[in-house]
Amino acid sequence: MLSIKNLHASIEGTPILKGINLQVNAGEVHAIMGPNGSGKSTLASVLAGREEYEVTQGEVIFQGKDLLELSPEDRAREGVFLAFQYPIEIPGVSTTNFLRTALNQIREYRGQEPLDAVKFLSLMKEKMALVEIDQKLLSRSLNEGFSGGEKKRNEIFQMAMLEPKLSILDETDSGLDIDALRIVSNGVNKLKSPSTATIVVTHYQRLLDYIVPDVVHVLYQGRIVKSGSKELALELEQKGYDWIKEEVDTAKATA
Amino acid sequence: MSKDNQLLEDLTSKEYEHGWSVNYEADEAPAGLNEGIIRWISSKKEEPKWLLEWRLKAFATWQSMAEPSWANVNYPKIDLQALKYYSAPKQSKKPKNLNEVDPELIAIYERLGISLNEQKRLQGIAVDAVLDSVSVATTFKDTLSKLGIVFCSFSEAVKEHPELIKKYLGSVVPIQDNYYAALNSAVFSDGSFCYIPKGVRCPMELSTYFRINAANTGQFERTLIVAEESSYVSYLEGCTAPQRDENQLHAAVVEIYAAAHAEVKYSTVQNWYPGDNEGRGGIYNFVTKRGICAGDYSKISWTQVETGSAVTWKYPSCILKGDHSVGEFYSVAVTNNYQQADTGTKMIHIGKNTKSRIVSKGISAGKSQNSYRGQVQVMKRALHARNFSQCDSLLMGNACGAHTFPYIDIANPTAKVEHEATTSKIGEDQIFYCNQRGIATEDAVALIVNGYAKEVLNQLPMEFAVEAQKLLALTLEGSVG
Ligand SMILES: Nc1ncnc2c1ncn2[C@@H]1O[C@H](COP(=O)(O)OP(=O)(O)OP(=O)(O)O)[C@@H](O)[C@H]1O
Ligand SMILES: [Mg+2]
Repeated sequence: MLSIKNLHASIEGTPILKGINLQVNAGEVHAIMGPNGSGKSTLASVLAGREEYEVTQGEVIFQGKDLLELSPEDRAREGVFLAFQYPIEIPGVSTTNFLRTALNQIREYRGQEPLDAVKFLSLMKEKMALVEIDQKLLSRSLNEGFSGGEKKRNEIFQMAMLEPKLSILDETDSGLDIDALRIVSNGVNKLKSPSTATIVVTHYQRLLDYIVPDVVHVLYQGRIVKSGSKELALELEQKGYDWIKEEVDTAKATA
Repeated sequence: MSKDNQLLEDLTSKEYEHGWSVNYEADEAPAGLNEGIIRWISSKKEEPKWLLEWRLKAFATWQSMAEPSWANVNYPKIDLQALKYYSAPKQSKKPKNLNEVDPELIAIYERLGISLNEQKRLQGIAVDAVLDSVSVATTFKDTLSKLGIVFCSFSEAVKEHPELIKKYLGSVVPIQDNYYAALNSAVFSDGSFCYIPKGVRCPMELSTYFRINAANTGQFERTLIVAEESSYVSYLEGCTAPQRDENQLHAAVVEIYAAAHAEVKYSTVQNWYPGDNEGRGGIYNFVTKRGICAGDYSKISWTQVETGSAVTWKYPSCILKGDHSVGEFYSVAVTNNYQQADTGTKMIHIGKNTKSRIVSKGISAGKSQNSYRGQVQVMKRALHARNFSQCDSLLMGNACGAHTFPYIDIANPTAKVEHEATTSKIGEDQIFYCNQRGIATEDAVALIVNGYAKEVLNQLPMEFAVEAQKLLALTLEGSVG
């Protein structure tokens, strides 16, 4: 589904991603971990098409298409969804109104009729139940004055509504209380299917107890320096990142 | 579509049977402004002597006045002697069918979702379409007259209700009020008159929409609304669609009188031609709008969505004379390209316990300049007056300007006046967030801007609000990315 080869990207002339290779197949869950500032959010932003990041090398193929050629909105319409680490506030625009605009533009891109108000509402009701989100929240200004947890839950609600092929969750677990973590994770799990894939960026093993990854990657200094099974996350939880950093540094020194 | 056409044709032939032809075509005054022209206009309109004298007095006053220069706008001097002061505007230039209409305009109409029927009417193509509206107005007129409501053109009112016109004309905006008001008083061609008798709640929104005739009468309209004790009316001005106009100067006067416990809601969606993206052409919109809350517990509420005109100079105001009276001003002003807007309000608190509320949302894009100018004045007698003002500016890009000029003038220590102001930019973050959900940049801008203006748009009647939203988006098209 997603194939990233030797991806390099920089911001304002500073290289951040320095040769990412990643293959994600349909039906899989990949976890990306790594110390602060290693480039996890940058990778997510580059995949979503944020303009500030300049791709200097490499390629990204998504479902047979050159993803880097597409505008951010077309990537979304092709089925790439990013749950933001820091969701953005849009005053005066309700989540409902926002999603109706989004969904209908996506449908139009795919040659489908727009959903009428009744169908849209029933879809909303169904997805609201999935992530146990309060209707009141959805009629408020998008993310404005939302608590940290509400913002994250709202991101997953949006994901549920838009039914993407590839979901990238950037630290969706941070800010969620224990119950919310379970509910949101359950929501994500229910949305999984053999034809969709998920990339979860996280610092903590506890999310991976719920959303069990097929592969765990460690991103460090703009590269994926280690990949392994879900046990790798447990190991990281116990030992921290120092041993990996050391490995990388020795490798560098001997190279 | 074909159904629409059929309907249109049916209506048309029927209307011709009834002999509804507009008899303006040949009537046109020569260019220039002098006493002779004013006499000519007055006699053409078969006006009574007192009105001619009123016009002449206004003309004399105007001659002694100078064009104001305090507004934050720049434009070449207008040659008032080169203008014609009485004509059937655009009549001669009216396209005969849709094929003759600028395809760009049609494209705009289509994007606005305006039907063919509507397009024809807006273009003033067929007199039939115009008459279509007139007949609608006539139907309503019956309902209205049963309630004693008068809603007609100004000229008609001069003939049918001279005592009301005589009593109220110039009572809120006196002749000498300002340069453009004086000019309007001298040469006004037509406009609307509305009278709501005591205790009557007008059952429908009154709108110039139904009287495209009057709306088109040109540069110098005069509107007078009188709401008697405990009455209510909601009045809509202008077009809900781009009524592109080539006239250069538009100097209208609106006067509202509200007696005790009366409430008047006045909504405008202004979309005159703003000029092209190079700043050529466009309307100079110099309008004087004022209402007086004459009686206790009366209320006047102005809502405006200003998207058009090259230069806008407009300050809908309230004189809060009655005790416990309330004045409100809700405004969205959008400028793009080279547009300039200097708009705001004046709230003059005279009575006790008077309240005013100002919500102004400016949006500037391109190389435009957008100024809010507002005055809150609390007179000595106005015990416990209260005002709340919220003035927000939204900037798009780096080449535009937003300015706020609040004047606060308080002569009574019990007054409570609050002023809040914010300036923000449409964030790249916000646009990217929308993009990431599949929303194209232009639609993202529309969404964000409409969210920003929501508090004002909410004041508009439903249908009007929908059109206003589309207009905001249309005005800002191409301003980002
Ligand atoms: N606009 C910018 N200008 C300069 N450096 C930037 C900019 N944006 C990000 N960076 C840098 O890029 C690096 C990677 O940041 P990124 O947000 O991708 O890290 P992360 O792995 O997501 O970290 P965290 O775990 O803290 O979320 C950081 O060192 C950050 O400071
Ligand atoms: Mg991050």
